[in-house]
Parts: sequence; C-alpha cells; structure tokens
Amino acid sequence: MKAFQLIFSGDPRVFEITLRALFVSGTATAIAIFIGVPIAMLIALKNFPGKFLVKGFFNTMIGIPTVGLGLILFLIFSKAGPLGFFGLLYTPTAIILGEAALITPIVVSLATTAIEAVDPDIMNQAKTLGASESQASITVLQEALGGIFLAGIASFNRAVAELGVAQMVGGNIEHWTEVLTTTISLETQKGNIALSIALAIILITIVFAITITVNIFQRRRK
Amino acid sequence: MTIIAELKGVTKTFDGITALDNINLQINEEEILALLGPNGSGKTTLLKILALIQKPTKGKICFDNVEVTDKNIEQKRLETTLVFQRTVLFSTTVYKNVAYGLKIRKTSKHEIDAEVAKALKLVGLEGFEKRQAKKLSGGEQQRVALARALAFKAKLLLLDEPTANLDPKNSSIMEEVIATVNRESKTTIVMATHNMFQAKNLPHRIALITDGKISEVGTPTEIFGRLSKTLASFAALENTFTGEALPAENGTTVVDIGNGIKIETTAQNRGKVSVFVSPEDIILSKTRFASSARNVFKGRIAEILDLGSVARLKVDVGKPFTVQITKRSFYEMGLNLNTEVYLAFKASSVQIV
Repeated sequence: MKAFQLIFSGDPRVFEITLRALFVSGTATAIAIFIGVPIAMLIALKNFPGKFLVKGFFNTMIGIPTVGLGLILFLIFSKAGPLGFFGLLYTPTAIILGEAALITPIVVSLATTAIEAVDPDIMNQAKTLGASESQASITVLQEALGGIFLAGIASFNRAVAELGVAQMVGGNIEHWTEVLTTTISLETQKGNIALSIALAIILITIVFAITITVNIFQRRRK
Repeated sequence: MTIIAELKGVTKTFDGITALDNINLQINEEEILALLGPNGSGKTTLLKILALIQKPTKGKICFDNVEVTDKNIEQKRLETTLVFQRTVLFSTTVYKNVAYGLKIRKTSKHEIDAEVAKALKLVGLEGFEKRQAKKLSGGEQQRVALARALAFKAKLLLLDEPTANLDPKNSSIMEEVIATVNRESKTTIVMATHNMFQAKNLPHRIALITDGKISEVGTPTEIFGRLSKTLASFAALENTFTGEALPAENGTTVVDIGNGIKIETTAQNRGKVSVFVSPEDIILSKTRFASSARNVFKGRIAEILDLGSVARLKVDVGKPFTVQITKRSFYEMGLNLNTEVYLAFKASSVQIV
C-alpha cells in the first residue's frame, strides 16, 4: 500500500529518480543511435575486408555482462585510469556513457539487420530516379526506419533496466546519480522495501509499456 | 537523326560469366527501341548499364556524345530512369513515391503537386495520392512505378518487361501509356520484352538479343518481315512456334508446329511461319468444354510462377505453352504441378509474326 502511495502521491524522491533514469537512459539511447546507425549503414551497405568479424564483434558485445563492462568503465574513469582527468566517475555523465557503450552493439546489430532486410533494389531504384550515392543511402535508411525505431526502443529498454554499469560508474549517490535500478538494489538492502517496490513497479511499467508499444508498432507494420 | 545514347563495345561479366558481349547500340532521340530476347539473354543487364546503375566490365557509354565517367555519372543519371520488371516502391504514399525524382531535382512544391497529378492521371490513378503505395494491387503498383518515372520527364525512359507481370487490363493500360508518352512528350524509350506481339506493335526499332549479343537491329517490318534466323531460333520466347502454314478446308490456316500439334489461325500466310499466342488469350480449364475456340489442347502443368496478382503457368501439351491467369482463379481451380488441364484459344488470337 505504501508503495502505491509513494507513486501516486507524487513523492519527490520517486519522481526525481524516475526522471533521472529516463533522462540518463534516453540520452544514452540517443548517443547509441547517433553512433550505431552510421556503423550499421556501413556494415549493411558496404563490402569491406573483415566485415563478418566486425558484425561478429557487435553481436558478441550484445551479451557482455553489465557488471563486467561496468568494471572496465570504472577502471577507465577512475582517477588512475586513462580518462580519469575528466573526473567523470560517479556522475550521471559516466552512467550515460557507460549505458551508451552497453547498448550501442544492440543498435548496431538490430539496425544492420533492418537495413539488410530492405529490398536491395531500393538503392538502385533511388539512383535511377536521380539520387546520388548519399541520397540513395538515406532512402534505404528511411525504408529501414521501422527496424531502427525498434532497435532504439530495445536499447532504451536494456539501458533503463540494467544495474551493473549504473552501479559501478554511478555509485548511486543520493540526489545525484541514483537511478531506478541502483536505488531498488540499495534500498532493498537497507530494508526500505516500500520505496523499492514503488520504484520496481515504475521500472516494470516503463519496460512493459515499451514492449507493448513495440508490439503494436510491429502489428501496424504488418 | 540525333543519337541520344550509345553503347560502344560494352561487355559485362559476372564471376567469369559473360552477360553482355561487345554490345554496340545507338539509341535515337524520340524512338521506342525494343530489346527482344528470351529470358536470360542479357536484356536487364543492358538496361541497368544504360541506367548507369551497373558499370560495364569493358566498353563505353555515351549520353549526347559525352562519355559517362565516374565524374559525371551522377549528373548523367538525372537524364535517364529505369522501371524495374519487379515493382520496387518506397514504403510511403503514392504521392511521395511519384514525387521522389522531382524532389531530388529540387522542383518547387507547387510544380511537384502538378506533375504528380499529371503523371497519375496518365497512368489512370487519379486521386490515389494519399494511398499507401505498397497496399495497391500488383498492376496498380507497376503503374505507380511508371508514373514515378514519368513525373520528372527523363530524356531516356528504360522499361524492363513493363507488362510481364500484369493482367491483360493493366498490360493494355501500360502499353497505351508508353505509346502516349513517346508520341506526346517525345520521350525516348528503350524497353526489354520477350513478348513478340508487343515487339511487333509498340516500338519503332527492335534489337534482337540472345546470349548477351545483339544479332540484328531493324524496324519491326524488317525484323519480322524477313523472319530472321535469330528470331526463329527464339524458341525460348513464350508461345512462339515455327511451322509450315497450310490452307485448311474452312478457309483458315493450319500451322503444324511439330509433336502432333496443329494450330489453327485466321491469318492467310503460307509456307514457313512463326506463330505467337499471347498468354492472356489462352483460356485454361480442368475439363474440356464446348466453346467457339478452334484450338483446344490437353496437357499438364509443368511450371508455376507466382507473379503477385497473377500466376504464369507453363503447360506441356506436346509443346510448352505459357498461360497467365489470376491468382484467384489459380486457387479456385485447385491447380498444381502436373494437374491435367485443357487450353483453348481462338484462331483469331493466333498472330503470325
């Protein structure tokens, strides 16, 4: 009951954590799309030596344990690490960058599949209608937009629900780097079950809503 | 006569297989040139090279006497367009599909609206602007593809088997549009076809292509008049047979095409002739029925080709006949490979080519 009260009474802490989680994961998704889609276009539309290795690399990276990646990023962002001088460790920026690194392979992999699924004649058709190489590539991308949208949604889902990276590089500092997953973990350990349940309900609702949206979107496309 | 495009010694190989072999071809301004040849003869490759979306392994392409190079290829591509045999539409509205080439050419919105409407009217799809292109029927989709190619008034319009996958109604609309565009807009057209009847009636000139080589170029009268060896050897052309034409008792003509198959025609030619029956003119049934058709043959379905809204069947009656029926009829009749069927067509549907 208390958990529902926390949600529906507009508890400022619950609100703040939820908003931060959405902001951090949303920004990470935007970065992942910004980096991942051009890579996907390159993989899907160009032939180059070692293409299968690049594809294999990104496919493998999808399954990387978040704690493992979190540890690597911790070492990179820590004072003694190569990017330590930026002072990013235990900041929301660190979580954004960490989550972006985690989900970029998902974007690359799903977007590559979506672009590869576009009718190969679309590129040629666009060219015969006068499109330049880059205009034709953009046309192919537009045809794959549905798949790329799904890639973005799946990536956001993964980012908002992951714990390892946010915990390792964010540190769950109150009013600063707390996000849904890290707070649920910490508050449960502290015995603050009502807050944990409230945040878990919000997290599950977000993930559930996204999954339903994706399903509706897929059905409409058919 | 002005030469709008020219292929000089063009050869194209794919993994060591020669698709085109030393093609020399001139395309005259304002003409309709048909590339006539069986499937796999290199027609599509030739069109793709002319559309500048495939590079020849050897040889040159010139547009208005200027050689196409890597530097000017994108500029030259603006002067030509290709409508693929298999319809390729963008996943958007009919309007956006037809407007695509105009947008690329940075045409004003006002002009785009007018040209899209004009092109859609030409192909008989007025008011279709807001419809989703991919939700239209196969024939309508192909007409959208043609409208899209017509909208920006390319100097050279390339059509790959424009009616091959269409039902008779859509086929005749397409043929009408092709003739109108050439006549009224003076658009130069190169079209690939393996339909003898179409090649005889639509173009100003025909280039016979077989095994990647152009064997003859001439007017339809020249090509069909002398019944060239190449033409006669186009056994792979659908429903085209060669035989001896003899007078029949009822005043018609009977052409013995071999294997015991005799085709009755109303034409009065005698001696060695080639005959053609359009796949759309053949009625297919599972049982023999009384009709006015003078030609009725029994055979079995040897091949089934799914072409979207229609199915193309190869029926072996001693000689292979291609028949085109709607997909609905195909399912309703419960047809399958090896099904025994009857073919019927009128003597007046048999063309001497």
